[in-house]
Amino acid sequence: MAISTTAGHAPHAHGKPTGLWRWLAATNHKDIGSMYLWFSFTMFLSGGVMALCIRAELFQPGLQFFQPELFNQLTTLHGLVMVFGAIMPAFTGLANWLLPLMIGAPDMAFARMNNWSFWLLPPAAALLLISFFVPGGAAAAGWTLYAPLATQMGMGMDLTIFAIHILGVSSIMGSINIIVTILNLRAPGMTMMKMPMFAWASLITAYLIIAVMPVLAGVVTMVLTDRHFGTHFFNAAGGGDPVMYQHIFWFFGHPEVYIMALPAFGIVSHIIPTFSRKPLFGYTSMVYATSSIAVLSFMVWAHHMFTTGMPATAQLFFMYATMLIAVPTGVKVFNWIGTMWQGSMSFETPMLFAVGFVCLFTIGGLSGVTLSVAAVDIQLQDTYYVVAHFHYVLVAGALFSLFAAIYYWFPKMTGKMYSEPLGKFHFWWSMIWFNVTFFPMHFLGLAGMPRRIPDYALQFTDFNRIASIGAFCFGLGQLIFLYNMLRSIRHGQAAPHKPWEGAETLEWQIPTPAPYHSFVEAPHVEAGDNGVIHSMTGGAHH
Amino acid sequence: MSGKRILLSMLGGVGTVYAADFTFQPPVTPVARQIYDLHSLLLLITVTIFIVVFGVMFYAILRHRKSLGHRARPFHENTTVEIIWTVIPFLILVGMAWPATKAVLAQKSTRAEDMTIKITGYQWKWRYDYLDDGVGFVSHLATPTEALHSASAKGTHYLLEVDEPLVVPTGKKVRLLLTANDVIHSWWVPSLGVKQDAIPGFVRDAWFLVDKPGVYRGQCAELCGKDHGFMPIVVDARTPEDYAVWLAARKKLAAASADDPNKVWALADLKARGEKVFQQNCVACHQANGKGIPGAFPALDGSPIATKDKPAHIDIVLNGSKRNPAMAAWGKQLSDTDIAAVITYERNAWGNHTGDVVQPKDIKAARGGKA
Repeated sequence: MAISTTAGHAPHAHGKPTGLWRWLAATNHKDIGSMYLWFSFTMFLSGGVMALCIRAELFQPGLQFFQPELFNQLTTLHGLVMVFGAIMPAFTGLANWLLPLMIGAPDMAFARMNNWSFWLLPPAAALLLISFFVPGGAAAAGWTLYAPLATQMGMGMDLTIFAIHILGVSSIMGSINIIVTILNLRAPGMTMMKMPMFAWASLITAYLIIAVMPVLAGVVTMVLTDRHFGTHFFNAAGGGDPVMYQHIFWFFGHPEVYIMALPAFGIVSHIIPTFSRKPLFGYTSMVYATSSIAVLSFMVWAHHMFTTGMPATAQLFFMYATMLIAVPTGVKVFNWIGTMWQGSMSFETPMLFAVGFVCLFTIGGLSGVTLSVAAVDIQLQDTYYVVAHFHYVLVAGALFSLFAAIYYWFPKMTGKMYSEPLGKFHFWWSMIWFNVTFFPMHFLGLAGMPRRIPDYALQFTDFNRIASIGAFCFGLGQLIFLYNMLRSIRHGQAAPHKPWEGAETLEWQIPTPAPYHSFVEAPHVEAGDNGVIHSMTGGAHH
Repeated sequence: MSGKRILLSMLGGVGTVYAADFTFQPPVTPVARQIYDLHSLLLLITVTIFIVVFGVMFYAILRHRKSLGHRARPFHENTTVEIIWTVIPFLILVGMAWPATKAVLAQKSTRAEDMTIKITGYQWKWRYDYLDDGVGFVSHLATPTEALHSASAKGTHYLLEVDEPLVVPTGKKVRLLLTANDVIHSWWVPSLGVKQDAIPGFVRDAWFLVDKPGVYRGQCAELCGKDHGFMPIVVDARTPEDYAVWLAARKKLAAASADDPNKVWALADLKARGEKVFQQNCVACHQANGKGIPGAFPALDGSPIATKDKPAHIDIVLNGSKRNPAMAAWGKQLSDTDIAAVITYERNAWGNHTGDVVQPKDIKAARGGKA
C-alpha cells in the first residue's frame, strides 16, 4: 500500500479534481459511472412522462389530450428514450462503476474514451427531445422506425436517425472499454472462470453491442438516404424491399433485447447469493447459459415478423430457434432458485427487487414462449399482449434489476446507507402498480386491441382504465426512489465496509465509500466461483 | 351482466359498464379455433410451470430464512439436477412444437381456394377486389369524427364500423391476396384467425373459411401513420345463397353508378361530389378546414397550387408529391370523375374562390392516355 503514496510517479496519483471540470473532463470510472446513472435516471423520468401522456390519452375512449400524430410521436420517443437513453446507459454506468472494483483494475482501460462515450449521450438525448418542437414534430413511426413509413416523416426523423448514430457510437466505445478492461486488467488470481457474473454478463453484452449497433446504424442510414438522396432500399417502386428493413432492424433488435437483459441477469446473480448467504448455484452453467443465450439471440430475429408472410419453413425455423432460448433462460431461473434453496435468506430492498425480478421476468419469459409459437403469434403480434410481454421483460426485468443494483451498491458508492423502510415501500409500491398497469394488457391483447392506437373500441375501456391508474401510481412511486437517494446521499447513516453479511466479491474488500482511486496497485486475489474472494493481498488505493 | 364485468367496472371507476373480455374473440374458422386451442394448451403448460417453479421458490422464501434461524447449506452445484432441469424443459418444448407445427402448416395452406379477394391497404382505408366477379370497392371508417372528440354518443361498434363491409360466403375457402399502396398495413380479423401484413410492392396471401354467418370486426394491426387507429375491417359472412343475392345486387349497383367519362359537369354538382371525395380521402391530412397540419401536412386553403397553377394541381393529385412522400398518387386509386371533382372542390372551397371547373376529360388528358 505504500508504493502509490509517492506522488507524481504512479500515473493515477493525482488528486480529485473539483468543480465543473471534474465532470466535463472526467476520466475517473466512478465519476463517469455516476454521470451515466444520473443521465439515465433523467431519461427514465422523461420517457416516463411520455408514458403517462400515453396512458392519460388511453384512460377512456375518444381523443382527449393528444391528436393521433402527437400520440404516435409519444409512443415512438417513449420507446427510444427508454431503450437508448435509460436502460442501456444505466447498465453501462453500473459497469463503469463496478467492473474495476470487481476485477481489481485501477480504472477502465481507456479513461479518455470513457469520457467521450459518456459526453456523446447528452447531445443525442437533446436531439431526440428537441425533435418534438421541429416542424412536423418528432419521429412517429414507432421505436422500430419501420420503412417505408419512416420515409414519410418530417425532419424529426432525421434528428432521430442522427441521435441513433451518436448513441450507437457511444455504446460501441463503452463496450470496447468494457471488453478491454475485463480481458486485460483483471487482478492476478481473478481468472475468467472466477469472474463475478456481472462481469461475465457485461462482457457478453459488450460483444453483442459491438456486433449489432453498426447494423442498426446501417439500416437507419439506409432510411436516411431513401429519404434524401433518392435511393430505394425500402421502396418497392424503385426495386427495394420494405420487409428487408425489418430483417435488418431485428437482426439488431433481438440481440438488443438481451443487451438489456443479460446485465440484469448478472446483477441478480450477485444479489441472490448475498442475501441467501450461499454461493451462486451452478456458476459454470450460468456462464454457459449466458453465452448460449447470446449466440441464440442472433438466430431468432424473424420471430418479430411472423405476420409479414414468410414461407412455412422460415416460420418453423424461427419458431423452433426461439423456443430453444427458453432452455438456457430456464437454467438461469432454476439456478437462482437453487441458490435460494436451503439458504439463510433475509429480505433487504435489493433482495426484494431481485426476487421480484425473478418472478416477473419469468412471467415475461413464459408469455414469450407463448409468442414464440408462430401460429399463436399471428393473433398476438402487434397487440397489447406484446406490450405486456416486453414490459414484463424490460420494466420488471431490466428496471427492477437496476433498482436492486442501486440499492445493493449504494453503500459502497456513497458511503451512506439508504433508508430501508423507504426502499421497501418503493419495492412494494412498484411491484403492485407495475402489475396493475401491465397485467391487464395481456387481456387487452388477447381480446384484440392493437398496440400504437390513440383511441380504441369500447370493449377495451375497463382494462385500459385500470392500466392507466396503475401507470400513474407506478410513475409517482419512482419519486420515492429519487427522494430516498437524494436524502440518503446527504443525510444517510454511515455505511460499514461490508453492509451485507453475505457479500463476498472484491468490491466489498475495499473501504466504504470506495476510494476515488482504487486498486492503484493490482491486488493478488484468491477467488472462488462468481468472484467470491477467499483472500486478498496488496491493492493500494487513495 | 356477469360478475367479472361488475367487478371490473368498479375497479375501472364510474361510468358506462362495457363488456371486458379476458381472452380471444370467439373463433369462427378452423384456423382460429386451432389457435384458440393451442393457446389454451400453452396457457395451461406455462401456468403449471409457473406454479411449480415458484411454489418451490416461495417454499424456500418461507422456510429458509435467517429470521427463522435457518442455517445456509453452502452447496453450489449438482450435475444430475442441472441435467434434469435442462432436459425436462427441452422435452416440454418439443411437446409444444408438435401441435404448433401443425397449426403453422394449416395457416400457410392457401391452395384449393373457392374464391379470391384482393385486399389493398391505403392510408387509411382498405380496398377489396373480388377477382372472380369483377366487383371492387373501398371500405372506410364509418364512425363520425365528432364521436371521437366527445365523451358521449359512441355507438356499440365505435371505431369498428365501416361504410361498406367485406361480404363473404360461409363454408367457402376464401383466399386473400394482400398488398398495400403506400406503407405497410396489416389486415387482422381476430375471429377469423387471420393477420397478414399488406406490403407495398409485394403480394402476400392468407385464407379463411368462415363456418358461421355473422359480422366479424377487426382493424389494421401495423402502425401505418396518423390514422392507423382508424382503419377498421368488417367482414360480413353470409350463407352462399344470401351472398349470391348480395353479389348480384352489388354488380348492378356498380353498373348503375359508373360515370360517363365524357360528361360535362356544372361547378355546383362537381363541387358537391368533390366534397364527398375530399371527406373520404383527403381530410385526414389536409383537414376539413383545408388548413392542413402545420409542419406536417400543407394547407390547401390559399395555397398557390390550389388557387393558381391548375396543371400543377392536377399533377400533384394524380401523381403524388416528389418532395413529400406522404402525398399519395391518387391517380391509381380514384376515377377521372372523382379526381376532377375533388380538384374542383379544392379550388372553390374555404377561401379559394377561383371559379375553376376541372372536367373528367381534363384528367383523362393529363393522364396522357396512361389511365
